Formats: sequence, structure tokens, C-alpha cells
Amino acid sequence: MHARADQRIRVTLTLNSRERSGYAEPRTQLCDFLRHELGATGTHVGCEHGVCGACTVRVDGRASRSCLMLAVQAEGRRLDTVESLAGEEGLSDLQQAFRRHHALQCGFCTAGILMSCEEFLERVADPSEAQVRDMLSGHLCRCTGYTGMVQAVLDVARTRREATVPDSQQENNDV
Amino acid sequence: MKPAAFDYWRPSSRREACELLHEHGDEARLIAGGQSLMAVLNMRLAQPKHLVDIAGIEDLHYIERRDDHLAVGAGVTQAELLQYPGLAEAVPLLALAMTWIGHWQTRNRGTVCGSIAHADPSAELPLCLATLGGQVVLENRRGKSRRVMAEDFFQGVLTTDRRQDELITEVRFPLARPGAEYRFREVAMRHGDFAIVALAAVIDSNRVTLGVGGVADRPVSRELARHDDPSEALNALAWSLGAEDDAHATAAYRRQLIRELGRELIAGGPSDEENAHARQG
Repeated sequence: MHARADQRIRVTLTLNSRERSGYAEPRTQLCDFLRHELGATGTHVGCEHGVCGACTVRVDGRASRSCLMLAVQAEGRRLDTVESLAGEEGLSDLQQAFRRHHALQCGFCTAGILMSCEEFLERVADPSEAQVRDMLSGHLCRCTGYTGMVQAVLDVARTRREATVPDSQQENNDV
Repeated sequence: MKPAAFDYWRPSSRREACELLHEHGDEARLIAGGQSLMAVLNMRLAQPKHLVDIAGIEDLHYIERRDDHLAVGAGVTQAELLQYPGLAEAVPLLALAMTWIGHWQTRNRGTVCGSIAHADPSAELPLCLATLGGQVVLENRRGKSRRVMAEDFFQGVLTTDRRQDELITEVRFPLARPGAEYRFREVAMRHGDFAIVALAAVIDSNRVTLGVGGVADRPVSRELARHDDPSEALNALAWSLGAEDDAHATAAYRRQLIRELGRELIAGGPSDEENAHARQG
């Protein structure tokens, strides 16, 4: 496959479970494609060189910086952004925990942080605080600090673990 | 910033990728995970006319444990290698060092071979490859492949022995030697930042192989006899690397880190625990 530098080529991907397509030059970053071409402005763009983590989205499930990826590289891939989290019944458990624990103030970095936390919680069911802090070290937050975020992630991990305990085990616990 | 304009190529075979590299020479750059290159492009520190993406080449995506080494194909991400079952037993140094590479989010896309190809003197993977005496496998447009020892491959800051029409197809990390111990320490401004000094050690009963990253223009590996007191050998090593002052640290501080961390690393002890804190991959 070859795309000329001045050519706008069609990129089709699955964004938050819906097939979407738009046009991008080869040099267009994925974050700009999401925001400017697909109108998905939930993803924020910070440093544009992979340091701050604000633009983190999930690519085929993996939390990745969308400024360090080209739109053309996302062809055919599954993308999940912060817009995927809240459902009809309101904010997701993770979003509610962030609110409860005061894990955000201005919210600029939050869109990316939530996507990292989602992947992390899927892969590490029972994380230690050190593990959560290591995962969060890929993000910069300049107003809140990280304590509330750490508490929120640990809180959600606990709640999700409790929710997945099989019925039989719960009965045993009651005894 | 945004990258300068380039043509984008996504070849479907190694041969095709090598042909493109040959045809466009200096004006072409390879991209795999892009976790180093994209930042460089965004800041326009590099403005290649052609970007050759190897993501479409299927047969580069493998991790194989062979007789004496672990082979990692050019399509494998750092996160995938970290999650490879038995990594800590097969190549313990990688399990220790790789959690220091960037962050969870960059390891998800950054490739193992990409880091070797980038050859940043402070990067962890080149240091591991050099310390273990691993090899880089390159293939050219005629389909001929050659193997290069790590010590010959790294030639300076972001400079390697790769020829213009060659693609790194695989890197080979020697498997753990029975009885040897593997240790790793790093000092950076923050966890995930570029190393000011990174040290990797292979400790046998009568000798120590010590690798140093972040100081010279490439990772350097030296063998030290195992004395009761390694201070003199470490001091000589520290002075031999041509440390320089930069924005992050002075040359004197780097030499001091080599001496102090080197001593700790060779002695062993609780410091390894600190490294283990983030072993979830």
C-alpha cells in the first residue's frame, strides 16, 4: 500500500463499537483524525510527543498514545475513547469513582487516564498501589495530583472483584 | 507539533520493505511501533520523505525459545515480550529491565527490535542485548540475512551497523546460564524517563559482566574479575566511558553512580526489590 504525501486517503476503523471512516493525509496523527475528522473531541491533545498521556486511547484494547500513531496506522483497528465509558445509565463505575475520590479538577488529562485505567483493570484484577502508580506514571496531571486517582482505581478494582465472586462462594462467606 | 509531509508505504513482505529502503535511501525511515520515531517526526527533528511501516508484514510477529537463545521478531511489542510466559526464567535480565522502558502505555506499542534499531545509548533493551552478548539479525533486499553481535551493532548515538537496504527481522537474547545471577539498576529523573545511568550485571562464580547504559555513546559491556572489593575496577570503568555533563547530570555524578550502583549491584541485596515493584508488565 502506498499513499502520496499530499493524498487524503480513506481510513475506516471501529470507534467505540461503531464503524466510522474519514480522510487523512499520511502525516495526520490519530488524535487529530479522531477530533477533526470524526468529531470525537473527548480525546484531548497535550504535548504531541508522547510524554503527557492526555491523548491516550485504546487501540485493539491496548492503551496507546494517539499522538504517537498515524491515522493510517489505525486502519481496520478497534478504537475505544473516553466517549465509550458512560452508558445510558450514566457514568461508568470508574468515572463515578474518579468523581467520588476527587481524582480530577480541570479534567484535561482525565480522558486519557481513564482509558489507561480501563485496560489496567482488565489486565490486573487485584493491583497493588505500586502497580497503580506505575501505570499512572505514564500520565501527567498538573492540578490534582495522583492520590485520588490511585484511590479510585483501587476502589473500582475491589468493587469489580467483589461483583465477580461466584454465588456459591458468597454463601460460604456468609456462613 | 505535526510531522512534515511524507509518503506512507505499508509493504506486505520483508523483500518489498527492503526494496523501498534501497530505492529511497536516506530519505526513507522505517516505522514499527513508532514510540521513538513519532516523537522525533512530530518535533520535526527528522523529516523523511518516505515512511515505511512494517506493521503489514505478517511473519515478523513471533517469540521463539530456541536451543540457546530467545528470538524476538520485529513485530513484537515490548508489552508482549514482558507478558511472554517464562520470560523471567528464560532471560531474567529482560524481566528485570523492561519495566523501566518508558511507560505501560508506550510499551503497548513500542517494539523490541525498534528500540534496538533506534540505538539510544540510554535505552534499556540495547543495554540488555549488549550485556548478554546477544545478536541482531538483518535481512536485505536480496533476501540474504546476516547476524551481528550486539557489540558490533551499536556504533554510536542512534547509529548502528544496519545498512541502507536492511531490515532488522529479529533479535536474539541468550538464555539464562545455569548458576548465573542477573541484576539491573537504573537511575532516572523519574521512573520511565531516560536513564542517567543504567547498569545490568551477569554474576557468575568467578566473574562479573557489567553493562553500562546512559554514559558512553552506546551501551558498553565489560568483564570484571570477581574480587572481594570491586572498587578499583569500577572506578577504572567509570573513567573509561568518557562521561559528559549534560542537562540531566554531570559527568562526575555519572561516574559516582557507576561506582556506587556497581558496588551495590555486584554485592546484591535488597536493592533488587525496588526493581521488582512494577513487575506486572
